[in-house]
Amino acid sequence: MNTQRVAWLFLAPALLVLGLFFLLPVAAAFVLSLTDYDLYALADLRHLRFVALGNYWELLHRPLFWSALGHTFYFVIVGVPLSLAASLGAALLLNSPLARMQAFFRTALFAPVVTTVVAVAVIWRYLFNTKYGLVNYALQALGLHPVDWLGDPHWAMPTIILFAVWKNFGYNMIILLAGLQAIPPDLYEAARIDGASLARQFWHITLPMLRPTLTMVGILTVAGYFQLFAEPYVITEGGPLQSTVSALFLMYEEGFKWWNLGAASAVAFLLFVVMFAVTGVLLRLARRGGEA
Amino acid sequence: MSGAHGIAARWRAALLAGGLALLGGCAREDETQVLSFWAIGREGEAVAKLLPDFEREHPGLRVRLQQLPLTAAHQKLLTAFAGGSTPDVSQLGNTWIPELVALDALEPLQARVDASPEVREADYFPAIWATNRLGGTLYGVPWYVDTRLLFYRADLLRAAGFAAPPRDWAQWRAMLAALSHPERHVFGALLPTNEYEQLLSLALEQDEPLLREGDRYGNFRSAGFRRALAFYVDTFRLRQAPPITNVEAGNPWVEFGRGVYAFYVSGPWNIGEFRQRLPAAEQDRWSTAPLPGPQGPGAGMAGGSSLVVFRASRHKRAAWQLIEFLSRPAMQQRLYALLGDMPARRSVWNSAALRGDAKVQAFRAQLERVKPTPAVPEWERIATEMQLVAAEAVAGRLDVDQAAAEIDRRADAILAKRRWVLDHVGSRAP
Repeated sequence: MNTQRVAWLFLAPALLVLGLFFLLPVAAAFVLSLTDYDLYALADLRHLRFVALGNYWELLHRPLFWSALGHTFYFVIVGVPLSLAASLGAALLLNSPLARMQAFFRTALFAPVVTTVVAVAVIWRYLFNTKYGLVNYALQALGLHPVDWLGDPHWAMPTIILFAVWKNFGYNMIILLAGLQAIPPDLYEAARIDGASLARQFWHITLPMLRPTLTMVGILTVAGYFQLFAEPYVITEGGPLQSTVSALFLMYEEGFKWWNLGAASAVAFLLFVVMFAVTGVLLRLARRGGEA
Repeated sequence: MSGAHGIAARWRAALLAGGLALLGGCAREDETQVLSFWAIGREGEAVAKLLPDFEREHPGLRVRLQQLPLTAAHQKLLTAFAGGSTPDVSQLGNTWIPELVALDALEPLQARVDASPEVREADYFPAIWATNRLGGTLYGVPWYVDTRLLFYRADLLRAAGFAAPPRDWAQWRAMLAALSHPERHVFGALLPTNEYEQLLSLALEQDEPLLREGDRYGNFRSAGFRRALAFYVDTFRLRQAPPITNVEAGNPWVEFGRGVYAFYVSGPWNIGEFRQRLPAAEQDRWSTAPLPGPQGPGAGMAGGSSLVVFRASRHKRAAWQLIEFLSRPAMQQRLYALLGDMPARRSVWNSAALRGDAKVQAFRAQLERVKPTPAVPEWERIATEMQLVAAEAVAGRLDVDQAAAEIDRRADAILAKRRWVLDHVGSRAP
């Protein structure tokens, strides 16, 4: 009894902070999402209407919400595997006994993570400029047809994915590298003695030993990629033809540009539900995979 | 019980002491009043050079200038209102005035204008002045003005056999056709598909208003707007303008100098940009002209920034003194010299610096013909949606009639709350 009270006492500061700065705002945002809080309500609270689930209903009937959600899923489904593959590939190369100047390459590959999104995005905008960009210049030098990277609604999202992968893969690379270094070398030694090829060593030793790290990195990356915002905000401003509007971008525009905080909160909660469901499924898959 | 009481009493004493300290602080400040002034973007930097003179003239006043970046200014003003920390005076884009009036955040200024020897309404462009008046009440004084007109390459036009810039749409279309060579990536005009100002300028040249029934519904299906939209979309379909956004346009100044575009619809700040960015030898190749209209020179957007006093200000008299100071012809002329901002007062336009400049005088002709956009808080969003739909039409996903109907549908949805407020709460909304 007494120990329990002491435990609560010790927990109290953390719980208080969590309640005040996390749970309370979340609850307030949910209440907000049930109202049509907007500029008129800010002027005079008599203009505030309780609309129950009206914001959610309207969102579900808005084509832009669905296309924003579609763009977000596109970004996650293509971007996360690409990002993980790049991270794992780079980590394997760095971990290879043949690698020279490891410290230099580790720093160089990690560098994009610590750059500022805005500054780098501006440079990418120039690199991918249709007419003067270095990328199209290189394509033409190779005899390929130039691509309208940021102006064609079909190419804008792939360009953004490329940017995000380049910007983020270094972070996961460091974590995976640590995971690789934790695999006992005698496992590989035993496999080599048994005559296992490099591919089989990777498949039967590296991947299973790396599984917990990969699961964690995967889930964190999925959660992070669902919150796509800064890249389209800076590079394309949601265009062309709204083909890079993500769910979070939509929320930002509704809430902070047009001041429809009720509708914006509803977007936030719908995105939360989606992310919660996806992460839940991923965790379950990972657990089942772990048992098998 | 008594313990709790004691604590409460001690709290009260502490609060009282704190409050007194605050009051003391205010009393001391009153000897030299500190006026907070928010300015936006480039004006924020330039106006800092004008303020020392103001402080010298008013020894009891000190101006604390805050410079807001243009991209964050709108958000910051609304947040300041929500948090009760609005400044005394602010620069305010005149399309934002309806929003802040809807919030009841601005101080009416008519009485102060009437009593002022400096600010005389007759000296201002009437359409620009009108954007500061909502429901018969004046909320701001125009500081500088802005509209869109035609920048054109006179040499290219002459080479193609046109002696003068276009005066109406038919002439403009003919010149666009003669000057466009899409196979060589040369186009008549640059109209970035994510900027609404160009289409809006064409739409304002029409007789029909953009909103109808007391600004309760969109009026984009009107024959006039569809005519403007058709002209806009045709320019892309005929490949007389590339369907690109300003993100891809990158450096329009250099491209204009190279002759990639013969026409560029843009605002006054670009006079300075072109003078700075193009080599001296190319300076006589370009010029400016009023916008061509459906029949003869057309109307334009009545843009610009005003100076406003916030209702919550505790130094309203001093705030007005600052507005009077910045409205002086001499100060307007200095602002023009610093930034190329177009003066809001006609008397400044008659000064030597402006009268001798042909490229600037085209703006004056346009400014006498500008029209205000609808004065509803939702206008910025409606214009943005208008452009998003227009871009779909440019891409060939919608035809002109479908696009007009879609813009109306979106405008009606955006105005739904305004209609409810007007119907239920009464006359508070502007």
